[in-house]
Amino acid sequence: MEDNLKSIEDIRTIRKLMEESTRFLSLSGLSGIFAGVFAITGALIAYFLILNNGSIHLDEYNRILPQAETLSLRWKLIADALCVLTLSVVFCLYFSNKKAKREGKIFWSPASKKLLISILIPLLTGGIFIIVLLVQNNMQLIVPGLLIFYGLALANAGKFTFDEIFYLGILEIITGLVAAFIPGWGIIFWVFGFGILHIIYGIVMYRKYEA
Amino acid sequence: MKNLIDNLNKVFDSRIRLGIMSVLMVNEKFDFNSLKETLNVTDGNLASHLKALEEKGMIRVNKQFIGRKPNTSYSATSSGIFDFQQHLKALENIIKSQ
Repeated sequence: MEDNLKSIEDIRTIRKLMEESTRFLSLSGLSGIFAGVFAITGALIAYFLILNNGSIHLDEYNRILPQAETLSLRWKLIADALCVLTLSVVFCLYFSNKKAKREGKIFWSPASKKLLISILIPLLTGGIFIIVLLVQNNMQLIVPGLLIFYGLALANAGKFTFDEIFYLGILEIITGLVAAFIPGWGIIFWVFGFGILHIIYGIVMYRKYEA
Repeated sequence: MKNLIDNLNKVFDSRIRLGIMSVLMVNEKFDFNSLKETLNVTDGNLASHLKALEEKGMIRVNKQFIGRKPNTSYSATSSGIFDFQQHLKALENIIKSQ
């Protein structure tokens, strides 16, 4: 009987170490909720403040006016998006670090390095591609492009963290592809993909693993 | 019951050696410091267990320099992987036998 108990305990240790050494499991659901809230706030700021209650339709506006006149508008939207990104990343790192400490796990481990690299390759490629779209004045594909590349990054990262991240990635890719077919609804798809999906994901993860 | 226990590999009697092999089974290589943090053990303790596994031919030591800092990492050898899998099977059989 004693051997049996020790064997069960041994197998449990093996399984735990195999998982912890290959997957970063300190991602907090809270960071998902915050990222979603920031994305929606960013969209509201874009719609009501920058695009003047939606009366400025960026696509048409762009084609009629000379590029110089839409430049400040463009920079404001870029700044808005970068704020959302920065805040989301900072909060994600903060909550994950906190969760790792609480569970006595290491934040900067071989698993988290692999996770970071698997996220960054599609994400940086996407970032550069979005700059190309901006330079070429192809505004309609920016939100779909952001969603698709972000989804690819998450689907890729799923191997090194919770499986749920993989499925979130697939949903982001689908949202991005649908958005690409329906021009002019960029803000709505942004709110759904970066806002609502993140909040739902965050709540599910928080209740499943942390609450 | 006696036979089942005999199938267990004595080398893996220690939790730390068991832990080292578990990590190296699923990672191509793992460096000393990360191993230390993952298993939550002291330098000396980890080093002596690594030495034991190395002498049994179960793990391989790779020493390299990252910039000027020496970096030691470890990988499981194919015989180490085989022995560990046998040990896992033996553990499972003990649990099943009850």
